[in-house]
Amino acid sequence: MSASAIIFYCLAAFILGTGLLAVTTWKIFRSAIWLLFSLTGIAGLYFWLQMEFIAAVQIIVYVGGIVVLIIFSLFLTQASGKEMPKPPAGRMIFSALAVITGFALTYLLIHQHAFLPARQPAIEASVANIGTQMLSTTEHGYLLPFELASMLLLAAMIGCIVIAIKIKPEEK
Amino acid sequence: MNEVPLSHILFLSTALFFIGAYGLFTRRNMITMLMSIELILNSVNINFIAFNKYLYPNRLEGVFFTIFIITIAAAEAAVAIAIIINLYRSHHSIDVEDAGEMKF
Repeated sequence: MSASAIIFYCLAAFILGTGLLAVTTWKIFRSAIWLLFSLTGIAGLYFWLQMEFIAAVQIIVYVGGIVVLIIFSLFLTQASGKEMPKPPAGRMIFSALAVITGFALTYLLIHQHAFLPARQPAIEASVANIGTQMLSTTEHGYLLPFELASMLLLAAMIGCIVIAIKIKPEEK
Repeated sequence: MNEVPLSHILFLSTALFFIGAYGLFTRRNMITMLMSIELILNSVNINFIAFNKYLYPNRLEGVFFTIFIITIAAAEAAVAIAIIINLYRSHHSIDVEDAGEMKF
């Protein structure tokens, strides 16, 4: 087993362990921190797959943006040291059973499927290639989804402000 | 990278997806449910990147899908947290069981 494979299995164990802790711990702030570790491990996995741009985007958007947003909203809405109430044991047992069954079924299908190895020469997923293809208008260009995503972000930004704005009571 | 078969990476993403689904089933706090959704979206991203890298290395389609999924996940998290904060102001709780009138 080479060093690359060992790094992959360590990363996989890290991602799965911290992800499992994030959904099973009953202190809500710890859950957010475990989620942070799991997302960082996924960024490491992208580095391992030689997708440096996606790894950078993962760190900037997920770790730097979404988790910080989640932690802010935790402090706004919760007493963060408090334990959450536990669900009834029956629900936990049955959801664990459903999840394990679903995982076994899906992995059985994946295990039986023979993936054909790639024959074409690889192109490098560099920032230059990604940017050229994203803003091109030819057959495999992604200009239209790019513009739609910018409109979606603008709409989400305005929508967030409208939803979360605090309406002051009328001063009399 | 080539020593690890594709099915091991798919094992990782499948396990992460079902860990997120377990969190979605057992949690009743809206913010922790949102965290579970983030785990599920990340497992899908791993799938796209792995398929792009192993099966179609001559294209960049998986990279673009991942970028757009991350964009939409950011917008979705922001809107969801705005709704949660507004709900907390009116109900003083972010438990989904206490927000039953949103169903009708």
